[in-house]
Amino acid sequence: MIRLEKRPSPSRFWQGATPVLAVVLTMIAGGLMFAALGKNPFDAIRTIFWDPLFHPQFASYSRPQLLVKAAPLILIAIGLSLGFRAGIWNIGAEGQYIMGALLGAGVGLAFYPADLWFIFPLMVVAGAFGGWVWAMIPAILRTRFNTNEILVSLLMVYIAENILSSMSLGLLRNPEGGGFPGSRNLSQYPAASNPEMIAGTGMHWGVIAALMAVIAAYVLLQRHILGFHIKLAGQAPRAARYAGVNPTGLVLLCMGISGALAGLAGLFEVAGPAGRISIDFNVGYGFTAIIVAFLGRLNPIGILLAGLLMALTYIGGELAQFMLGLPAAAIQAFQGMLLFFLLAVDLLSNYRIRLGYKKEAI
Amino acid sequence: MIGGIDPALLISALMVASVPILLAAIGELVVERAGVLNLGVEGMMIMGAVCGFIMAVQTGSALLGFVGGALGGAALSLIFALLTQVLLANQVASGLALTLFGLGLSSLIGQSFVGIRPPSTGTVPFGPLADIPFLGRVLFRHDWVVYASVALVAATWWMLKATRMGLILRAVGESHDAAHALGYKVRKIRVLAILFGGAMAGLGGAYVSLVRVPQWTDGITAGAGWIALAIVVFASWRPWRALVGAYLFGGITVLQLNLQAAGARIPVEYLSMSPYLITIIVLVIMSSGRGKASLNAPASLGKNFHASR
Repeated sequence: MIRLEKRPSPSRFWQGATPVLAVVLTMIAGGLMFAALGKNPFDAIRTIFWDPLFHPQFASYSRPQLLVKAAPLILIAIGLSLGFRAGIWNIGAEGQYIMGALLGAGVGLAFYPADLWFIFPLMVVAGAFGGWVWAMIPAILRTRFNTNEILVSLLMVYIAENILSSMSLGLLRNPEGGGFPGSRNLSQYPAASNPEMIAGTGMHWGVIAALMAVIAAYVLLQRHILGFHIKLAGQAPRAARYAGVNPTGLVLLCMGISGALAGLAGLFEVAGPAGRISIDFNVGYGFTAIIVAFLGRLNPIGILLAGLLMALTYIGGELAQFMLGLPAAAIQAFQGMLLFFLLAVDLLSNYRIRLGYKKEAI
Repeated sequence: MIGGIDPALLISALMVASVPILLAAIGELVVERAGVLNLGVEGMMIMGAVCGFIMAVQTGSALLGFVGGALGGAALSLIFALLTQVLLANQVASGLALTLFGLGLSSLIGQSFVGIRPPSTGTVPFGPLADIPFLGRVLFRHDWVVYASVALVAATWWMLKATRMGLILRAVGESHDAAHALGYKVRKIRVLAILFGGAMAGLGGAYVSLVRVPQWTDGITAGAGWIALAIVVFASWRPWRALVGAYLFGGITVLQLNLQAAGARIPVEYLSMSPYLITIIVLVIMSSGRGKASLNAPASLGKNFHASR
């Protein structure tokens, strides 16, 4: 008989080992899925995890993409992880990402074609502000009216998507675009663009912002009273209240930070790799970042690594699509599977597995 | 005719439009009454949509399609049951995982079925009843799923209110420790509730792909699962109120579609965001002030149960 016994405190070994175990299990299950699709599982796994970095022909193109894709994931996931730790579930990062991009791009386009030094910094501020505002709506509804922030933040994504298509067809449409939807290309407007800093590395302002966010979150959680309050509120809400943690303030803060970071990610994306606002501008980074946050065990350093790994599956997925004809959706299912295995093996860090019955204490 | 919109047509269309969210909401209502918060409704719905569609196209029978949809939704919910009830994973995160995985998997297995028309689900022949002016057009010209959804609401209401099974289910949702102490199998009851919720969400999803749209495209459910979750809160966990909520949202959806078709001066994007916007507004009203929906929430909602002995 298998029995679970709760550990007094989570096992440090398993906390580190479970993400690795989950990745291995996902590779096995994903391999089975690819085999079911009629592809050689070993080829598929190698194409996804190895070729983007080391393939003689494609690696030079795909290696820089790693940072390009990882930066928004890490930036968003860092913000989400703070809330998740405190039991505040912002799952609408996708919407905040869109709104940040819209507001940031809007500010940049408003100055077109002026060439002023402050345009890009102003766009960064506007991007963060756009995401922050979008996250404040569920946050304030939660603190003022006790409305469930999970549902509201998610529903706001659909609203943001509609605003995005309205903007790319209307207000932000390129007047010289021949009537096609989508804005002017910001990468051709130097004062407002977020270019690759060192050719061939994928390095842009978003990557720097992501690294800064990782460091700031690490310091916050390890060295600052606020970080302690966040962790306390998540693990023992009642104890947190007795210790004087203000739950309202915490909700506003966590939602605000995650919204602002998601908005920043959107801004750096629209000004850099994507280049312009279009109807299908958002590609689901806001949702994948949820997986990244959990894969990184809500720990800043972990999220950094998890973001890189997840970016690898994106690039590898594209490569596998091109080389093996693997459907794009297979990668999405693969990423979802990773979250399943993570949640499943998490059992090991919180519980001991015992065989046989425990003797009843009399 | 009011502003170019026929009221009889509007009401009969809203009954059809609200079936998917009604079915999913009733399923989730039972799950939440058992104390489990399954946020994967969207994922289970879309799995139901794709499985139901494939089944219907392969067998040529819409009825078997609905069976397939229910099975697809239930199969996905089994993963959720395994994660939360056996492996004691966080319910919020597991539900999100279900949605993310369901969206990916559905588009993977549905990709060769894009652009096919499914077999049609015929209307129930009511004979002369269907010719009654106004009422006949509103009530008696629907397919069987519309009537079945209302019947399921009644059955769920009766089950929760008047049967022993309903009482045990509610006990498990209100206090799993007390229910466990009384000797009820908390885990087994919750797994069954989760499977029921999955089957209902799958049924709702199948209705989207077989009747509402009717074809298969990626992301076909477009947030209906999330609206169903909101309706459970709106309904304060009571079946008949879920019916009211679902019809309300069905009405808004149909109205905005009609306004789009009638060429209203409001831009299309703002009309199509209105169901989500109104869902949020209703959620706010229900959660605050005298509504206080949260007071009716099952006391053990979202908490995992681990019997220490």
